[in-house]
Amino acid sequence: MTAAPLLQVEGLTTLFRTGRGEVAAVEDVSFALAAGEVLGIVGESGSGKSVTALSVMGLLPEPPARIGAGRIRFEGRDLLAMPARERRALRGAAMGMVFQEPMTSLNPVFTVGDQIVETIRTHDRLPLSAARDRAVATLARVGIPSPARRMQDYPHQLSGGMRQRVMIAIALACAPRLLLADEPTTALDVTIQAQLLDLMRDLQTERGMGIVLITHNMGVIAEFADRVLVMYAGRVAEEAPVEALFDAPRHPYTVGLIGATPTLEGTGGALVTIPGTLPRLGDGLPGCGFAPRCLRATAACRAAPPPMVEVAPGHRVACLHWDRPTPGEARAPRVPA
Amino acid sequence: MTALVLRQGLLGPTARRLLRHPSFVLGAVLFGTVVVLALAAPWVTEVGPNRMAVRLRFQPPGEMFLLGSDNLGRSMWSRVVWGARLSLLIGAWVVALNAVFGILLGLLAGYFPRLDGPLMRLADALMAFPAVLLAIGIAAALGPSVTTVIIALAVVYIPRTARILRASVLVVRELDFVQAARAAGATDGRILRRHILPNCMAPLIVQLSFVFAYAILSEAVLSFLGLGAAPTEPSWGILIAEGRSYIREAWWLTFMPGAAIAVAVLGLNLLGDGLRDVLDPRLTVERT
Repeated sequence: MTAAPLLQVEGLTTLFRTGRGEVAAVEDVSFALAAGEVLGIVGESGSGKSVTALSVMGLLPEPPARIGAGRIRFEGRDLLAMPARERRALRGAAMGMVFQEPMTSLNPVFTVGDQIVETIRTHDRLPLSAARDRAVATLARVGIPSPARRMQDYPHQLSGGMRQRVMIAIALACAPRLLLADEPTTALDVTIQAQLLDLMRDLQTERGMGIVLITHNMGVIAEFADRVLVMYAGRVAEEAPVEALFDAPRHPYTVGLIGATPTLEGTGGALVTIPGTLPRLGDGLPGCGFAPRCLRATAACRAAPPPMVEVAPGHRVACLHWDRPTPGEARAPRVPA
Repeated sequence: MTALVLRQGLLGPTARRLLRHPSFVLGAVLFGTVVVLALAAPWVTEVGPNRMAVRLRFQPPGEMFLLGSDNLGRSMWSRVVWGARLSLLIGAWVVALNAVFGILLGLLAGYFPRLDGPLMRLADALMAFPAVLLAIGIAAALGPSVTTVIIALAVVYIPRTARILRASVLVVRELDFVQAARAAGATDGRILRRHILPNCMAPLIVQLSFVFAYAILSEAVLSFLGLGAAPTEPSWGILIAEGRSYIREAWWLTFMPGAAIAVAVLGLNLLGDGLRDVLDPRLTVERT
């Protein structure tokens, strides 16, 4: 890491109050993101990916949620120490977010144009006409044909792909320096997915934004991310540059994830599965969350959470046995080309 | 003309569905007639509501007096039509207060979990009394006047409206676009105004149409009990109260204002049913 990173998360722990007491949905998560970099966060449902992103944005309802520990710095400023008002002003202006469900992420009773203009005018005191011009330009930039006319459309008149473009336009309208994309393409079909990822990459190079891309799709990660954070049961399992992750995954969970991804060649016969499911939050496993499903697990794994080990520059893994692949474990295929 | 407007689609799809809904149309016609007559009172009555003609007391409905005359020879037609003004005015005020405070309290309770408990317990406490009994209590405490009636009925019905709105807010505030608006930096006020309230309007409109009907009925009850307007200003409830002593000799003194209430309330209820069916088929409105 060279200069001050765009976003730095240190030891983030996010707790939720539940019927069984306070439970950590995210525990001791640290990562950094430089401007112009794409960090992929990958993991299965319930691994804490979205909670991490929402914690950064400050969108979790408190209560029941609570940031229990850690620090989130954005351009050097501590977000958690900031007054709510200042933090709100950053949202939508300096940091934007795109959500998974384009079908329901737009307000059905207002036109698309209204909603973009509203966001622009929340942050920049512009006359209406100027805000409208910028909205049209943004819609054009995200690839919406005849944007001036689409401004008058209500969300239900647009397809899912178009709506997601509108969501991206809203997120980008105030030229944020950080974009959090929570499964932005999961609800869309594959061709549209590719188009939107291309669009996001273009916008990213054009503006030098930092992007945090959350997904459970290893193909999208391979395609799009510079660095990858693999999360499991609320903790970071492995962090690595994307090539290193696919070439030499160290954490058994990463190995399993990559093994479970179908490739275009389709040579490998049956896909590998990871037996078992995520532990329930708050089950209070003292050790590694993955140990119950892990072929390498030993008594030491179940005793205490494994520390982060730096196995190569920029490649960290939370596994005691990272250098000891077990026979019979899935062999990782190469990066899907 | 209406057909032309419809064909050209100048009305939204909701308005078109409403106009095809039989109970909405019937309700609108009934209630609309009452409203038009009330507004046009000076032009549709020949004599004022308090103009006495003592020699023409207790005339049955007929040529001389369309709806008969009362114990002082006043025209019942005139009194019922002018009485509609006061009854509708009270109803409209109660609806307006309900809209303002019901929306305010419903939004606050639904959106801010901290306020939800206290506000809803307060609503529970008010709703634990039978509606009319509570209104009688408030009206008796404040002394009889039109303002008293309006305040009493507003206090009685606001918790019900607030509760219905709160229920919608609880649903809408969890929707993705609210989260998205928050991510775009919208303030709580803007989220409530632009994103939550407009998406909660359907049940609210339906509820307010029923509140109007209840207000007209309850006003009659309060006035009948002597807690409403002064007898010089005829409202439907006062007319019924006045006619009560002569109910054996002159049935029309009580029947005519009673019929007016029935028409207005039936109209509003049909209208509300139509609105409910069209705006939200799944909604079941709490009836009091």
